[in-house]
Amino acid sequence: MDTLLDVRDLHVEFRTRDGVAKAVNGVNYSVNAGETLAVLGESGSGKSVTAQAIMGILDSPPGHITQGKIFFQGADLLSLHREARRQVRGAKMAMIFQDALSALNPVLSVGDQLGEMYVVHRGMSRKDARARAVELMDRVRIPAAKERVGDYPHQFSGGMRQRIMIAMAMALEPDLIIADEPTTALDVTVQAQVMELLAELQREMRMGLILITHDLGVVADVADRIAVMYAGRIVETAPVHEIYKAPAHPYTKGLLESIPRLDLKGKELYAIKGLPPSLINIPPGCAFNPRCPMAQEVCRTDVPPLYKVSQTRASACHFWKECLGD
Amino acid sequence: MAEAILEVRDLVKHFPLTQGIVVKKQIGAVKAVDGISFDLYRGETLGIVGESGCGKSTVAKLLMNLERATSGQVLYKGEDITRLSGRALKAVRRNIQMVFQDPYTSLNPRMTVGDIIGEPFEIHPEVAPKGDRRKKVQELLDVVGLNPEYINRYPHQFSGGQRQRIGIARGLALNPEIIICDEPVSALDVSVQAQVINLMGRLQKEFDLSYMFIAHDLSIVRHISDRVGVMYLGKMVEIGDDEQIYEHPTHPYTQALLSAVPVPDPESREHRERIILTGDVPSPANPPSGCRFRTRCWKAQDKCATEAPLLAVPERFKGVDSPAAHESACHFAEEKDVVGAA
Repeated sequence: MDTLLDVRDLHVEFRTRDGVAKAVNGVNYSVNAGETLAVLGESGSGKSVTAQAIMGILDSPPGHITQGKIFFQGADLLSLHREARRQVRGAKMAMIFQDALSALNPVLSVGDQLGEMYVVHRGMSRKDARARAVELMDRVRIPAAKERVGDYPHQFSGGMRQRIMIAMAMALEPDLIIADEPTTALDVTVQAQVMELLAELQREMRMGLILITHDLGVVADVADRIAVMYAGRIVETAPVHEIYKAPAHPYTKGLLESIPRLDLKGKELYAIKGLPPSLINIPPGCAFNPRCPMAQEVCRTDVPPLYKVSQTRASACHFWKECLGD
Repeated sequence: MAEAILEVRDLVKHFPLTQGIVVKKQIGAVKAVDGISFDLYRGETLGIVGESGCGKSTVAKLLMNLERATSGQVLYKGEDITRLSGRALKAVRRNIQMVFQDPYTSLNPRMTVGDIIGEPFEIHPEVAPKGDRRKKVQELLDVVGLNPEYINRYPHQFSGGQRQRIGIARGLALNPEIIICDEPVSALDVSVQAQVINLMGRLQKEFDLSYMFIAHDLSIVRHISDRVGVMYLGKMVEIGDDEQIYEHPTHPYTQALLSAVPVPDPESREHRERIILTGDVPSPANPPSGCRFRTRCWKAQDKCATEAPLLAVPERFKGVDSPAAHESACHFAEEKDVVGAA
């Protein structure tokens, strides 16, 4: 398989008044063409910051990439000139944001915003761009696209707005799409529609998809591979079928066990004790050690490397064998 | 059947839509809650599920009389809360408390935790005499699993999960019988949700509480609820115990809702049937005639447009000893095998 995106040892920090927040601390992942990689993590785990670094839309300052490389179709993005980077963004890789209402411009009609992609990147005339915008809206199944192309974002429902976001990301047929919590703000029945649409377009165009989410259900539904993040590091990666059966990291295991299940009805749920750490003050050793039921002395002193569990799996836990075993 | 502690009868709330600045003229109404009836029994948890805009939060406010009902009754021990005001209303509210969704906005940032949890005692001084209050607040902090020494801290010094515990402690302060929880865990991280759910379960046993648990996360509702009601566009469309609703739903909306929930098990994705609804929820200002779900329903027929189905045990299941025999507001109610939320 051809590797589309390869993130190597990425470090991002935010220099704030209270200190340096280490948001991303050595992230490695890769995405192949046509593949869906789910990046799973709670708030503050660094999953969105990694995506912003890949897209080149990190707020800087206060954000700084301090180390690492991002290869996209073989080229190192971080060494590209600003203008060259702009050619990649939108045309080769595009992003779908969580909150479509704040990601869309409220004073431009959706037709103008969709058409802008063609005007800026392809140098089309406004009229042609408008026609393409209607096509796009049809493609993401917005009813009466021709009549609605002049409407403004607030005139659409949440699900329709998210479709417009998807249309905008798809406009230039990019090779990679990063979707940051694309359905979190939507209701379940609408979420199902939007996820189905996204999966279908991805298949058709054979795009790589990075799906950033905290929802274990959504991941199980669509992902091929999964990367679990905690405190700015990847703690486990695996094909989706294997991780749900046998997690190799205590954090993944805790997350899976804390989901309400039928046989636990009326009983206490398993709860990971404590809270995620502050990024300004990440515990020494394994960042998860204060909350981990398996923590030993070594976990408090040595940062676990990403151990190879099998050909396709890796876990950043000193005791991954024990974790898999029981 | 257990004793009904709260009886809701034909509850209606219409928010008027007006036009004009000087001379206001009503041009319509948002029918947020449009005639719903249910009972809440002592010691049980009644889950209410539905999508945004279905009226579930308005129901919560009506039960507290935070919103005045347009018509209908909420009977607490036989007394109609919707007609009460002043001192009588205060007395009833002591027994019905609320926990809100967003622990970031429902706590006053300028008040210490001690003041926030102790404020109910200012309104109901008979519960705790002045000298005892500090001790009482510390006890409450302990009950919800927070360090009693935190009494002088401010809300911003706590994480989301801890703030929700403060909100729960405030709800418990007056020893209420009923707690209405409006999406109490949806703003929390996955690993913290389970902690709060467990706490709520423990408190229910300890204080013999009745919960009305409003949420959109179907698997959490199933975990905590004895009975579940499903709402759509201001109406209750189906209600029953958790097995009846999740394993034997008979209303097409419930079936679609359950099938749309992503199941955290990759093995199930090949062999489950998905009902993908078309379109969006219609506006509650102008709901469809007859059955409100008919515009998105795959079973809709002419009858659905003219005749609004009543919430009752469907004719075909009457007297049948089957979990499908529970109240469902559909002319064509039937069982359909959908993979329920695990």
